[in-house]
Amino acid sequence: MNILVCIKQVPGSSNVEVDPVTGVLKRDGVASKMNPYDLYGLEVAMSLTEKYGGTVETITMGPPQAKAIIDESICMGAKCGTVLSDRKFAGADVLATAYTISQGIRKCGEYDLIICGKQTTDGDTAQVGAEVSEYLGIPCVANVLSVDDVADGKIYVTVSLDNIVVKESVKLPCLISVDSDINSPRLPSYKVKKTLTDDMVKFISFADFEDQDANHYGLNGSATQVERIFPPEKNTEKHSITGDAKEQASGIFDVLKSRKLI
Amino acid sequence: MGQLKINQGLVNADNAKELVKICPFGAISYDGAKLDVSSACKMCKICVKKGPAGVMEYVEEEEPKETVDKSLWKGICVYVDHEGENIHRVTYELIGKAKELAAVIKHPVYALIIGKDAAKSAKKLLRYGVDKVYVYEDEALCDFRIEPYTAAFCDFIDKVKPSSIMVGATNLGRQLAPRVAARCRAGLTADCTVLEMKENTDLVQIRPAFGGNIMAQIISPSNRPQFCTVRYKVFAEPKPSDTESGEIVLMNIAKDALASGIEILAKTEKPRDIDISEADIIVAVGRGAKSEQSRAMAKELCDVLGGVMACTRPLVEENVMDAKHQIGLSGRTVKPKLIICLGISGAVQFAAGMKSSDCIIAINSDKNAPIFDVAHYGIVGDVNEIVPMLLEKIKEDAANV
Repeated sequence: MNILVCIKQVPGSSNVEVDPVTGVLKRDGVASKMNPYDLYGLEVAMSLTEKYGGTVETITMGPPQAKAIIDESICMGAKCGTVLSDRKFAGADVLATAYTISQGIRKCGEYDLIICGKQTTDGDTAQVGAEVSEYLGIPCVANVLSVDDVADGKIYVTVSLDNIVVKESVKLPCLISVDSDINSPRLPSYKVKKTLTDDMVKFISFADFEDQDANHYGLNGSATQVERIFPPEKNTEKHSITGDAKEQASGIFDVLKSRKLI
Repeated sequence: MGQLKINQGLVNADNAKELVKICPFGAISYDGAKLDVSSACKMCKICVKKGPAGVMEYVEEEEPKETVDKSLWKGICVYVDHEGENIHRVTYELIGKAKELAAVIKHPVYALIIGKDAAKSAKKLLRYGVDKVYVYEDEALCDFRIEPYTAAFCDFIDKVKPSSIMVGATNLGRQLAPRVAARCRAGLTADCTVLEMKENTDLVQIRPAFGGNIMAQIISPSNRPQFCTVRYKVFAEPKPSDTESGEIVLMNIAKDALASGIEILAKTEKPRDIDISEADIIVAVGRGAKSEQSRAMAKELCDVLGGVMACTRPLVEENVMDAKHQIGLSGRTVKPKLIICLGISGAVQFAAGMKSSDCIIAINSDKNAPIFDVAHYGIVGDVNEIVPMLLEKIKEDAANV
């Protein structure tokens, strides 16, 4: 079976600060990395192809530097990968991002299974997977805890809903988003790293897409607009308990006592 | 809508350097002759607003995007999240908020319930002051499967045309809302923490963004409906009224629209785990209290107070604690009577998951830690010194009773 894993390059640290005077985001010097949640998806893909045959490819959308995570996925066992990169994709919200990725997937080929991580560490929305599946017209299942079997053109999965765990079969092709901590992702192979060649990573831009209406991509294709950004409001009811450790401990005790918490 | 234009004629080595530095996403590069913007650009327009005057320009596109006639879209709809006859409490919280928002623009409040015996559950909602409960009932809707649920949801949107739609950010809602929003080509904002309504029916959605210490205010100015998801325990649950009001509307949808490639084979109840979002008292530990000794102390304090333990994301990532104890945007949202934060710096993702708690006490050795911005009681000091003394004091007190 042929599997495509959607991955994303995210900032190495999630601590972005705002300059209180200028309102400008302070860029920290920390390098980028692969979204940690995607590693679980890659591991599911690799172990499935080891058991059932087939290949794993990866796809990402981002600046040209995002090639680094495609390289990393190849070192983990993917055959090749694609970077969707174009200035026309800039400023995309969930809707435009999902549409762009779905156009990219159509361009890349046909897959039995598309796997996404649970969410990214920078956007934290966990929404793009379901929207991609809609644009590809295939079923989707999120919060997959395990892939139990693949047979008769179906995939058998265990899914976590809020209060129940469900076992279900899903017709292929389909898209699944896997939960975190469901496996131990393998490490990239140094041996493969030394044999990486440029033709393993393909770059696709707007001009390669079927849908040539620029209004469907990037900021223009986004339904939502960021009206303003601002630092979070600070709590106004603030007390500080000072003194030495003993006085501080007794201060906390008084608060707990007065609120009838002890 | 428009795009960034670089006025290359105005570029010089100095202002190019400034622009490269000002871009928070590293999208601007300068090769000594030409300034370039890469696809890392997020269109935040900081280069236009804060950069050297005139170099970067934002050019509006000539043809404005087609906009909807907002007056055709009326009502605020809450999706009723349920498993069998159990309605998820986030539903009531959202109805409470929907009524506030609807009052601003004098719109009706709707609830939408999809399921096998949905009409039975629909009756419960009539005590919460909704104007209409729309019901889709069918054997094919027995269990949550993405295609038939999306079909029913979209059928409702086509027929009723609600202006705003609120969905609980449960595991189910997080799949259904994006799938429906994509089909409607509508905007969707996840995990909103504040919602407001404009006179022109634009829903103002505020959420922590950029994975950092920043809030983003988001609108969908030219699309309807407008979708948002909200987590459990972000808004307050309204009290049910003694009398029922509102109307139940049974909806029809063609059987063949409910086809699915998914088959449910078995369902099992999850073991009733510790659920930190239900807890009244929480002791939470962060990186500053991750040592075995500190955690043992925290646990003791937690037991004395009759609470549950929770933690920040780094402790989960380092496998020090289990993910189900994690508070924050990628963990649980909590709203306890008391939360004691030990050695937690208080990144916005964490704060977003606990800041509506009734009483927040924070101990941290760094006086500049952002946790002190959300804490009601801030203590700058050493967790390992203060907590044992506090424990001693509580024990003494208990012995004297």
